[in-house]
Formats: sequence, structure tokens, C-alpha cells
Amino acid sequence: MAPRLKLFLPLLIFVVMSIFLFRGLSLDPQALPSALIDQPLPEFSLPVLGQERLIQRQDIVGEAALLNVWATWCVSCRVEHPYLVQIGARGIPIYGINYKDEDAAAQRWLTDLGDPYRANIVDREGTLGLDLGVYGAPETYLVDANGVIRYRHVGVVDERVWQTILQPLYQQLIVEGVPEGVDG
Amino acid sequence: MIPEIGHFALIIGFSLSLILATVPAWGAWRRNSRAMALAPGLAVGMLVFVSISFICLCVAFLQDDFSVKVVASNSNSLLPPIYKFSAVWGNHEGSLLLWGLILSFWTAAVALFSSQLPLLMLSRVLSVMGGIAVGFLSFMLLTSNPFARLLPGTPADGNDLNPLLQDPGLIIHPPLLYMGYVGFSVAFAFAIAALLGGRLDASWARWSRPWTNVAWAFLTLGIMLGSWWAYYELGWGGWWFWDPVENASFMPWLAGTALIHSLAATEKRGLFKSWTVLLAIFAFSLSLLGTFLVRSGVLTSVHAFATDPARGLFILIFLAFVVGGSLTLYALRAPAVSSRVSFEWVSRESLILCNNVVFLVATLTVLFGTLFPLIMDALGAGKYSVGPPYFNAVFVPLMALLVPFMGLGPVSRWKRDSTRRWQSELAIPTVVALLCGLTLPLLNAQYNVWVALAVALSAWLLLGLLRDLWYRVRGAASVAAGLRRITPSYWGMFVAHLGFAACVTGVVATSQYNIEHDLKMSPGDTEVIAGYEFHFVELVPARGPNFVADEARFEVTRDGEMVAQLAPQKRRYLASGQVMTEAAIDDGLFRDLFVAMGEPIGQDGAWAMRLHYKPMVRWMWLGAIMMALGAFTTVLDKRYRRVRSAVSAPAGEALHGA
Repeated sequence: MAPRLKLFLPLLIFVVMSIFLFRGLSLDPQALPSALIDQPLPEFSLPVLGQERLIQRQDIVGEAALLNVWATWCVSCRVEHPYLVQIGARGIPIYGINYKDEDAAAQRWLTDLGDPYRANIVDREGTLGLDLGVYGAPETYLVDANGVIRYRHVGVVDERVWQTILQPLYQQLIVEGVPEGVDG
Repeated sequence: MIPEIGHFALIIGFSLSLILATVPAWGAWRRNSRAMALAPGLAVGMLVFVSISFICLCVAFLQDDFSVKVVASNSNSLLPPIYKFSAVWGNHEGSLLLWGLILSFWTAAVALFSSQLPLLMLSRVLSVMGGIAVGFLSFMLLTSNPFARLLPGTPADGNDLNPLLQDPGLIIHPPLLYMGYVGFSVAFAFAIAALLGGRLDASWARWSRPWTNVAWAFLTLGIMLGSWWAYYELGWGGWWFWDPVENASFMPWLAGTALIHSLAATEKRGLFKSWTVLLAIFAFSLSLLGTFLVRSGVLTSVHAFATDPARGLFILIFLAFVVGGSLTLYALRAPAVSSRVSFEWVSRESLILCNNVVFLVATLTVLFGTLFPLIMDALGAGKYSVGPPYFNAVFVPLMALLVPFMGLGPVSRWKRDSTRRWQSELAIPTVVALLCGLTLPLLNAQYNVWVALAVALSAWLLLGLLRDLWYRVRGAASVAAGLRRITPSYWGMFVAHLGFAACVTGVVATSQYNIEHDLKMSPGDTEVIAGYEFHFVELVPARGPNFVADEARFEVTRDGEMVAQLAPQKRRYLASGQVMTEAAIDDGLFRDLFVAMGEPIGQDGAWAMRLHYKPMVRWMWLGAIMMALGAFTTVLDKRYRRVRSAVSAPAGEALHGA
């Protein structure tokens, strides 16, 4: 390579990086990939945190619920957790997906900070996360009574997110009511 | 009224930056010395008006002017005044204004302290910095006006500052961090000015070196404070999370570390010229990239400000302009042929090259890990997250690789050295370091190989430095005379390298020997960790200016003697209802004792408690402080003042020759 051309290498790398950054702008990390909107929750069979049993898709389908992806290594989850405890205490069904985490640390976290979850799905290898298209913790999915994913929120669920986005959608799902008996 | 004055001052500041970016640059091109001479005045004027603007925003916060949108969203009448002040930069708009203020400050500082710099160079440097200011100030005025009002519809009280940010560490963390980030713009501006002038000689390295060292020192302190804050404020004893925003501050630091070493080689030996210029561009580009990542919403993070795609697009265009433009300039103007100066493989130059390679690989590793989710997403290859395991797996071996070279560096000679001399110089330090590594970890209850390795490497660094110091002192009449002869820049290197050794020891020791107990405790209970008895004495209610709390009182004893009284709190903030854990820490040089409250269990006053014993965790931050102090010290070197005046003559010739 001619010496002068070699000096263009950093520029070239930067241009490639900028294209990705530009794509990143139009890709909202908070948005669900369109392929999964209104699609049924993927099948899974994974252990329950702190229990010697497996949990499957049909165990959590049947009523509108939140599916919260979290991990002890995730700082934002720490921020989000107290609010989840609050809405959990109001009787909103929340299932946790403990994502790529250590069981012992996760259990300590729940004893320390409170446990808002009906059950925690242990996704140690991130397989369920992969099926769901988890971008990073925390993420929260709204699943309707038929087990269809209706909404996905990436990032912290706080008072504002809950009141302006999730709660209205959740109320709507409650009104839609009971399962139709059709899976997905 | 005051917010309008602030807004107006910001517009004037922007206008001045626009003139600064164009007129002196035009003057430098046309060799019009009157146009060039305007630069320092414009730089100072910009600082004055951006300062007025900043002061106006501070006043709005301190006076609880909730008609201003950022005040209403980020402050509260109950907030203690000091946090009202720090709330100014606890939000997107205000922190941008702080960024602008610091950029104006650096620009004015360059204008005021560079009387010996040739006017041609100075006007180019200031113009480049003015151009950066144009970008940031217009970004603020167009997309993120901090003075936007809520009229009508002024709320009676504000939303309060996020309780996580109500902390002494967070008052100075952002200003220090920005001093570092933005400080790299000086090195960047010098590099661009040198490229524009077409003369990449040792003199530009000499001019930009002190500025770069100071910026690097601030960035080191800023990152250190951030880590320290995470340690005691997030309430779970962690100190580094590889969060995208942490990475955003760490990448310029890594590139900057490579830069300050490469600048040394360029200044002393005229080597690595194009490489050093490229590093200067990298360091500042990574600062800008960090800003993009934090404020555009392409990545999610706990630190992220309220994001907005329009803002992201603006920064990306700005980034493309600044980075793309400077890299194009680099490709066109950097000397393509390698310099005539030669060096052999066994020399200080090649050790500096090792440093540069390690730090550059580390920078790219962190950059890749941070952007990986974004790249995969953009390629449609699925959504991924990259966690601490990746970063630790790559980063720890890199740093372990670095230290052996670091031990050799100060002892080695420029241009040509011999391995035989290294052997004779370092034989004793090597043996002693190995002995230290083998024996010192025995002081702890369990022996640990990683700690042994870290101790051996740190001892190797320390002893190599001492050996070199002794070598420099021994020729003098007395030790005192010899020590006096040593320059501030040598002391700076000495202290900074020692700081790095302390940092490595602290990180490894605390990671390996940390003991953590999570348990249920009722008042009256006692738990023993590493020989310390933690007595949970009582649970009392507490009250602060804007929160109520449960406070657990602990007494820590060892062998019956009182060591510390600790009072961790679980706070509930009144305005937002947010619950925060306030850990209590007894700090010491060799160990920290850490207590944080979890959740109440049952009705009888029992709580989930988290007790930590963290050996040598302070060494990490003390090490970082030493590194920063070292970098500050180098600037005191008389050599810079003397050399600056000495080189201004030949550089002045460049003005006529170019």
C-alpha cells in the first residue's frame, strides 16, 4: 500500500463507524423489533430462581402480566427495582427473567431489596433473552392474557414510564379480559 | 428576567465563537496579522459571556425559579442549597452549558498563557477551539436551551433532583470529568494547527504536552470520583460496572494515556510524529463520541440523560464534521515517510511503543465492546448486550502485560540500550519483587495467586523506580542535593507510576479478598467478619432536609476494642417518593468496613443487612489521585517555560517559511 493511502485508514474506519452510529439513531433501542410485536411469547422451559422446578410458557400465560428482564450486574435495574416493588405491591403480576446472572447473587438481591416477582425465570445462558431479542437489562415486556407480547420497554420503569405508557396499556389489556382459549 | 439575560449572553458567546472560528483562521491563511491578533481577545470575550450565562442558570436554580423548565424538572424548594447548585449540571441542558463554560475556560487559558507561542500557531489553535465552541453552543441554542420557560403553567414546586445525584461526590465529579474531556480539545487543536501549518516538529509536542497532562490529570480525578461515588452511593460496594457511560469516559482516558507517553517520545526524540497527532485526534474524538453515546439514546445506561433523536443527529453531524474533517486533514497532511530518527529495539522508544500498543488495544477493546450491541443491531444480526465478563477477560491480561514494560521504562535509555545493562540494573529489584509477591500475601489469612502476582508486579514497578532514583541521586554531593536536582517532570512520572502500582494492587486485593455477608439482623445481633464484630445496636428513625429515613446503628469492635460506629440509612425522598440506600463506611488504608441496609423483614425490626470487608479498596482511588498529582506536577517543570521561549524563534521562522 502506498504510504499516503495508509494514512486514510483511520478516516475509513471512522466513516464505517459513523454509518453504524447513524443507523443506531434510527434504531430505537427502546423499541421492539417489528417482527416481535403482537407475536406470541416464545416457548421456554427454564428453572425457577430458588426453587427446584421448571417453569414453562403456559405457567405464566392466562392473565395480563409484566415480564421484567433484570440482573444483579445491571446498575439501572438497581434504580428500577424499588418502583417494581411498589407496583408489585399493588397486585400487578410481574414475572422476572434473571438474565445471565448468578443465582446466589440474584437471591441475595431479592432478600435485600424486596421481591416484587410472582416467579423468576433463570435465564443463565441468555437463551430466552435471545428469543425475546433482549438488548440489555432492564427491559420490561407487557404480555396479554393470551401470551402475546403487546409492548416492550427498554430501560428503567419508573413512575413516569408506568403512568404514561405501561399502566394505560395494562388497563386496556385488563378490559380486553379473559383468555380466548386460543394459544397465541 | 435573569434567565433571559442568560439566554442573551449565550447568544453573544455563540456569536463570538463564530467570529473566533473564522476570522483568525482566515487571518492565518492570508497572513493577516491584525485578523490573527483578534483571537485572544475573542477567546476571553467568549469566556466572559458564557460565564454570565452559566451564572444566570445558577441563580435560577438557587432562587427556585420553577418557571424555568430545567429548574422545575431537576430541583425542589426543599433541596439543600449545595445540591441546588450541583443540580445545575445534573441534567442534559445544564451539563451542556457546563461543557461550554469549560471549553471557553480552556480556550481563554490557552489565549492567556501562550504569549510565547507564535501568533500564527496561536490563532490557528484558538480558531479550532472556537470551531468546537460553535458546535456546542449552537447545539445548546438549537436543541437544548437551558433557559426555556414554562409560561404559563409554572409549577408550584419542582420535581427534585434525582436522589442518586444528591451527593457531595457528584458536585465535583462532572466538572472534573468535563475539565478532562474538554481539556483534550487543546491537544486536538494543537495537532490540527500543526497539520494546517504543515510542520509537525517537536515544538508542537512541547507546547501541547503540559495542556495534555493537565487534561489527563483532571480526567483521572473525574473517573476516580465517579467510581468512588458508585462505591458508596449505589449501596452495594461495587466500583466499576463497564456501563456504556463509564466506558465513554474511560476510552478518552486510555487514548490520553497513550498520548501523553507518545508526546514524550515526540518531544524528546522527534519520533512517532504522525502517530502522536493521530492519538491527539483520537483522544478528543472519543470524548465527543462519549457525548454522542450519552445524549443520543443509541445505548441505554443508568447515566443517560433524557434523550432525543434530533439531538443525536445534531451531535452525529458535528462528530462527522470534527472527526471526519480532522482525519481527512491528517490523511492529506501527515508526513507519510517515517522519520529519519532511528532507534533500536532495546531502547526507551520501543517501551513507549509497547505502552502505546497496549493502551490502543485497550481503547479499541472497550470501544468495540461498547458499540457491539449497536453494530449487531444495525446489521440485523439480533440484539445483544455485552457485560463485565467480556471487559474483564480482555482488560485484565492487557494490564498485566503492561506492568513489566512499565518497570523497564524509567530505567531504560533513549535510542539505544542493552539488555545486559537492564539485567544489571534490575537484577536486585526483580528478586526482591518476586520475594514480595511470594511473602506479602501471607499476611492475609488465605494465600492468593492473583494477589501474589499483583504484589510482585507492583513491587517491580516501585523498586525499578527507586533504583532509577538512586542512580540519578548518587552522583551528587549529598542525597539532598541530588534530590533537588531532579526535575518536576521526573517527579511527576515517578509519582504517577507509583500511583498506577497502588491502583493495580488495590484493584486485585479488593477483588480477591473482599468478604461479603448478606443476612437478616435484628437489633442486638452480632456478626463477625474477618475478625471484626458488627453489633446491630438499634434501629432509629431519622430525618433530613428533604427525606425521612430508617437508620441502623452499628458498633464495630475488634478484640473488644471499639473500631467504628456506623449508621447506614434507608431513605425515602419526600418530593419523588424514591427510596435510597445510604451505606455507612468506615474507611482505612488497609480495609474498609461497609454496612448497607436492605429491606425490612417481618414486623419485629429485623432487616436484611449487607456487611462488607473490603481490603485495600482505598488504594485504587489513592493510586488514581497520585496519578493525577503526578501529571499536575510535570507542568511545574521550568523546562517548559524555558524551552518554550527557546523554540519560539525557529517556529517564528516557520511563519515566514511556510
